[in-house]
Amino acid sequence: MAGIGPLSEEGLVRLLDHTGARVTDDRFGPYAEHLTVADLRGFWKDMMLTRAFDNEATSLQRQGELGLWVASLGQEAAQIGSGRALREPDYVFPSYREHGVALTRGVDMPSILRVFRGLEHSSWDPAAHNFHIYTLVIGAHTLHAVGYAQAMDWDGLVGSGDATKDGAVICYFGDGATSQGDVNEAMVFAAVNTAPIVFFIQNNQFAISESTTRQSKVPLAQRATGFGIPSVRVDGNDVVAVHAVTRWAMEHARSGAGPVVIEALTYRMGAHTTSDDPTRYRSSADEDYWRDRDPIARVETYLRSIGELPEEFEAAVLAEAKDMGRATREAVRSWEAAPVVSMFDHVYAEPHSLVDAERAWFTTYEASFTDVEGK
Amino acid sequence: MTAARTASNQEQLSAVRTLTLGGAINAGLRAAMDRDPKVVLMGEDIGALGGVFRVTDGLHKDFGERRVIDTPLAESGIVGTAIGMSFRGYRPVLEIQFDGFIYPAFDQITTSLAKLHYRTQGKLTVPLVIRVPYAGHIGAIEHHSESPEALFAHTAGLRIVSPATPQDGYDMIQQAIASPDPVMFFEPKARYWDKAEVDTTRVSEQLDGINGASKGTAEMSRARVAREGSDVTLLAYGPTVRLAMQTAVAAAEDGISIEVLDLRSISPFDYETILASVKKTGRAVVVHEAPAAYGTGSELAAHISEHAFFRLHAPVMRVGGFHTPYPGSKFEHEYLPSLDRVLDAVDKVMAH
Repeated sequence: MAGIGPLSEEGLVRLLDHTGARVTDDRFGPYAEHLTVADLRGFWKDMMLTRAFDNEATSLQRQGELGLWVASLGQEAAQIGSGRALREPDYVFPSYREHGVALTRGVDMPSILRVFRGLEHSSWDPAAHNFHIYTLVIGAHTLHAVGYAQAMDWDGLVGSGDATKDGAVICYFGDGATSQGDVNEAMVFAAVNTAPIVFFIQNNQFAISESTTRQSKVPLAQRATGFGIPSVRVDGNDVVAVHAVTRWAMEHARSGAGPVVIEALTYRMGAHTTSDDPTRYRSSADEDYWRDRDPIARVETYLRSIGELPEEFEAAVLAEAKDMGRATREAVRSWEAAPVVSMFDHVYAEPHSLVDAERAWFTTYEASFTDVEGK
Repeated sequence: MTAARTASNQEQLSAVRTLTLGGAINAGLRAAMDRDPKVVLMGEDIGALGGVFRVTDGLHKDFGERRVIDTPLAESGIVGTAIGMSFRGYRPVLEIQFDGFIYPAFDQITTSLAKLHYRTQGKLTVPLVIRVPYAGHIGAIEHHSESPEALFAHTAGLRIVSPATPQDGYDMIQQAIASPDPVMFFEPKARYWDKAEVDTTRVSEQLDGINGASKGTAEMSRARVAREGSDVTLLAYGPTVRLAMQTAVAAAEDGISIEVLDLRSISPFDYETILASVKKTGRAVVVHEAPAAYGTGSELAAHISEHAFFRLHAPVMRVGGFHTPYPGSKFEHEYLPSLDRVLDAVDKVMAH
């Protein structure tokens, strides 16, 4: 990594190049050897479903059904490749764009949109999926992830050698987050406590409009060295390579050997959010370059080249993707907001006299309108 | 834990003991750790050193480095990692070394800690206790004497309490630890060495079933009538309770009868007790070390005006610090509320 910039593609771990050809890697190749053609088709399917969901959400925002949407477009390989390397006992701390990882953890995908419709601040039960709620405060969750990992260790869930029991935490964040103090503190705390955690940086090259070159002079993975954490840079648009390095990293963490940093270099093919306008800060040539490196096309090309993407399978996946879109649309349009007075619920776990008084006042206030209108 | 130590703890728990405020909090921490193995202490220098004020003295030796953790020197990291531990059922009790060093953790406290129960519709509780030695009168250099409680009281989701006596130090730290809500526990550092008798048995009945802590949470949220009176209500908490008591003694010499409320809880305020007292006396003076402007006293004055206006004989007065940074310690006796300044406010409300 010495002497290269934060967006260099030099030295990235890669097992499938952008033309869809297999390449070898002595160190990480063995971590992908177990993958069957059916597994690769599964990755492709997951990525297709994630994109279908994502595209539907973008449409719903354009139609005024959502206040905002944060697309995962272009980052499907980084998310599915890593998400499919996890085991049941592992616990995930996502940032807010990890819709593909959510899919791998069995989260009801449409329910993700409840937050973006303004109905509530999270929708799924973290403990039911070992998948924490989204965190919008950049990097804040990385500390929660480290503490959770330390507690897993205290609870004897690390390094026992029992594959059904041992787990680790994987924490996702972006290139922008690496500048946050919390992320750096998280690496300090993880390192000195030998915490079982994998920090998964999705370097999608942009923090809204700012290039990763505004965050770092060196590859982000290189920073790990200073914390005493092993790291690896991987082609984030190569689902096979991402899977392999994540599998290695999780095994390392689960064994009790401590934290790992993975930097997956990918590209945010869409806008930061539906409120963003990338034409103001990046070139179409840049976008074209990365469109040629579309992570879904890559594995699709490979599967076709070896004659392993049968027409009926492809048709079934396309139909399922269409269903995913329709189900998402129908779900979103069916949701009604809870009664307004519910905004006073769950501020505290136990009664708090101020909240109780304000709730009571509001209830009376609302009732006064009902009386006047005779309803 | 050794059998011998358990026996000695039992002996301690059954006794009325004379303790300093710092010693009472230490004993309360020990009792909470004995009661619940999920209680862990975290902070800077709280291990072998026992904390810069020695409040965790001896706990590292008795409970080990896994439960009394010397952390890296990073306040946001302390709070943030503790939040993650709480997701697995742990009850971290954190020490922020000094009031003025809490701000690096402000984001974790206000955007994560305070909101997680709300954001998850109650699916996650975050039962952290953040101990903050605060306030002045120790002749310290800058950043070591501040009173930032209003900054946190403004944030929904946090409970803010401050003990003023060894008894409350012992009881309230255990009530705070047992509470399922995050609690900011502001310790008046200048009062750490005040001694009093502590009944170490009375809190235990409020803590039956560590997660069924309603009684304890409610108890620590209740104001204490520290002295009864009929002319003026002095509202104080933490470091100013002793000053309010001294004021009451001095005013009595002039024939003024002062009721002193030790508020104990800042979020929530116990308005039931507060309004009952103010309606009785018709006059209220709030005394705290934090700057008076935009402060907790302003909130009390506004609430009392809204709810007891026609029972008031005089405007509610505030006595607090000034709208300046905390000055050098040579100035703190003038910057902080003093007996003369509180008596001056009492005279003003008595003039009506």
